[in-house]
Order: sequence, then structure tokens, then C-alpha cells
Amino acid sequence: MIFKDMMTMLAEGTRDTLYMVLISTLLGYVIGLPLGILLTISDVDGISPNKVLYKILDIIINITRSIPFLILLILIMPFTKLVVGKSYGTTATIVPLTIAAAPLIARMVESSLKEVDKGVIEAAFSMGAGGFTIIWKVMVTEARTSLLVGVTIALGTILGYSAMAGVIGGGGLGDIAIRYGYYRYETGVMIVTVAVLVVLMQVLQWAGMLISKKIDRRRGK
Amino acid sequence: MSKREEIIRVDHITKRYDENAVLDDFSLSVHEGEVVVIVGPSGCGKSTILRIMNGLEPIQKGEVTYRGEKVDGKLGSITRIREKVGMVFQSYELFPHKTILQNIMLASILVQKRDRREVKEEALQLLARVGLSEKKDAYPRQLSGGQKQRVAIVRALAMHPEVLLFDEVTAALDPEMVREVLDVLLSLAKEGKTMVIVTHEMSFAKAVADRVIFLDGGHMEEEGTASEFFDHPKTERAKQFLHTFTYDKVERE
Repeated sequence: MIFKDMMTMLAEGTRDTLYMVLISTLLGYVIGLPLGILLTISDVDGISPNKVLYKILDIIINITRSIPFLILLILIMPFTKLVVGKSYGTTATIVPLTIAAAPLIARMVESSLKEVDKGVIEAAFSMGAGGFTIIWKVMVTEARTSLLVGVTIALGTILGYSAMAGVIGGGGLGDIAIRYGYYRYETGVMIVTVAVLVVLMQVLQWAGMLISKKIDRRRGK
Repeated sequence: MSKREEIIRVDHITKRYDENAVLDDFSLSVHEGEVVVIVGPSGCGKSTILRIMNGLEPIQKGEVTYRGEKVDGKLGSITRIREKVGMVFQSYELFPHKTILQNIMLASILVQKRDRREVKEEALQLLARVGLSEKKDAYPRQLSGGQKQRVAIVRALAMHPEVLLFDEVTAALDPEMVREVLDVLLSLAKEGKTMVIVTHEMSFAKAVADRVIFLDGGHMEEEGTASEFFDHPKTERAKQFLHTFTYDKVERE
């Protein structure tokens, strides 16, 4: 393949991958953040314990997380088609990616929020703060460093999943790696594609850690 | 004392953790301008009383009355009272990701919905009062324990509470920092603030208390004025307890 063509293809692949990853993670948080908050507050030692609600959410999340992504991808194809109109391509891949991301994100949000010191929450209660203030101004604010580390992990995981979607024509870098590297034995293209994925992951990780360190008031400058 | 208005009262409180009774039929009434100090051995239920007064602890029996109004389990009724009952904790519990000023202003703005400018002005005045003006933009981790505790006191004061609860506020502090915190409490007492203090600092208790409650095993063992209790304890148990704070001179041969 001509170098210039390959560069164009890789640039488009990178763009598609970023599009899928960013939108899916964003949508994943739209669903996962409230779920994570509900899990935290409804748990036994949460601010509003509710055994039934916790158990229901717990089971749903565990089931969704147990399904291997590749199977999920195929399993929900009819649903994807219903939402997007087709079952292949970058936009269609966002549907299974979001469904895979949401429970993972919910769990990470849950564990971040549970790290917040009980005493601090109690202090807020002692000043007459209501549930909404406690959740947003105390729990989410105090857990922000950990939450941001979670975002970094979510982005990385979804990046990995998005590459898997290449198997069923999902578009993006994974698609390129499979089509050229696997089906056509163009090892060079595959290696370059994987290299781009590695760089993307590094950048995400580095940026995530940098920001989370910057906003951490418990240590550092 | 009885002529002044009663602010908060707990009546026949029984509190159990599993099967162990922490408080057993305990009653206490606090009147306006009064400083009540609760002393007693560790684990006797002192802190639990404060936590119950602030609705942080569910009780099995009894009731809490605030200015004659019964506090029920409903969240609305508890939060309304919590605004009026300030609490300061042993381990400060400042919000680590908020500046000192934000820590102090948070509840006044979000809970009491007061004007931000007015709240800020008052917060700065209160900080100046405890000598921490220059720390307003610092974060809690940059402060010493004594400074953190003074900020926590200011944070409680900013809500204009009608009664302040202090839960072993110097127990986590190095000895030289104890003084700076207790001085703040003494000046509040001088102003006539209504306070309920749980402490292990006996000489401070003697200096600040209008009334001392000696608690042991979840019961009120003795109650009296500071000089009554410290100089002429009535019960054997209280004498024993006070004796643990004195040391006999070592006689060398």
C-alpha cells in the first residue's frame, strides 16, 4: 500500500476510534454515574440504605459485566439496528460500547464514592445538609480525584473494546488492524495500527493522571 | 438556671448496639446560656449523647425535644434542627478538597440559602477571631491539628447555632495545641453561648462548666456544679474516676 494512502487511512481510523470511544464513554457516564450514586447511597452503610434496590442494581450490573464484549456485540445487534438503523459502522458500535461501559463505570463510581470519609459526610449532615447537597457537594466533590482516575480507566477499557468491534466491521483502528493485518497478512499495517493504539492509550493515561493530580488537594502543591 | 428557656432536651433515652446498652434511660436538659460538661470513662456513652442530640444516631427508646418541639425521625424535622445545633468532631472532619473559606461557607450558602457576600464577610470575621485570617485560601491538609479544629469550630459558628456540641475536640491533638482550641471554647462560654462539651481535660472542664454530668456505664452517676463535682464528689465511682487524674509523689528510699 502506498504510504500516503496508509496515512490517510490511519488518520481516519484514529478519528473514528476517538469518536466511538469518547461518545461511548460520555454516554456510559450518563447511565453509569447515576447508577453508581444509587449503588453507593442504597448500600447497607450508605446514606439511604435500600436492600432491594441495591440487590436489583447489583444483579443487573453483574450480569451485564459477565457477558464477554464480543458476545454482547453480536447479542444486541437487533437492538443496535433498532437504535441506529444498521448494525455495523462506527455509530452503530457506540450502542454496544455504551452498554458495556455503563456497568463498569457504575462500579468504578461506586468504589470512588465509597472512599469518601464517613466522618466528613456526617459533618455535612450535622450542618443540616440534605441528600442532594451531600451527594453533589460532598461525595462527588471529595471523590473527584478517584472519579477522574476512573474516567481514565474507562476510556482505556472502551478503547480496547472499540478495537474488538473491528471483527464485525465496527470501524476505527481495530477494524483496520483486523482487515489488513489479519485477513490480508499486511503485518506492517497491523503493527503501525497497533502502535497508534498504544500511543492513544498512553496519551489518555498520561492526561488523566496529570489532571487528577492537579485537582487533588489532599497532597502535592 | 431553670428560669432560662430550655433549648434541647433528651428524655429517657435508651440506645443499644446489638445487645449492649450504651445509654440506659438517660435524660438531660440544656438551658439557654448554659455550659454542660459531660465526663466519664471511655466508652461510657458520652459521645453518643451528642450524636443523639444531633440526630446522627438512631435510638431505641426515648425522645429528643428541641425548644419544646419533639424531633421525630423524619428527615425534614431533623435537618431543620441540625441547622440550629452545631457540632464539632474529634477528628475535625473538614472537607479536604475545599479551602478553609469554602469549608466555612458551604452550609450557610447551601443549607441556609444566605447571601454569599454576607456569609463570606462573616466567615472572614470569625476566622480573624480565631487568628486564622491568613489561612482562608489554604486547604485543610496545610493546617496543623489545632488550626483545623479552630476552623471546624468556626464552621459550626457560621451557621448561627443556638447550641454547640463539642465531641472530645482536643482528644486528637498534641498537648501544645490543646490550649489554643480550649481558649476558643472558653471565650465562647464567656459570651454566653449554650454548649454541651464532652472532654477528658478535667481542669478545663472545671473552669468552663456550669454543670458537670458524670456518666458511667450509660447511666448518669452524678450531676452537680463544677466545684461540687470536682472538689466534693458524692459517689464512690466519681471519686475513683477523678483519682485516675492525680498522681501521688513517688517516695524514694
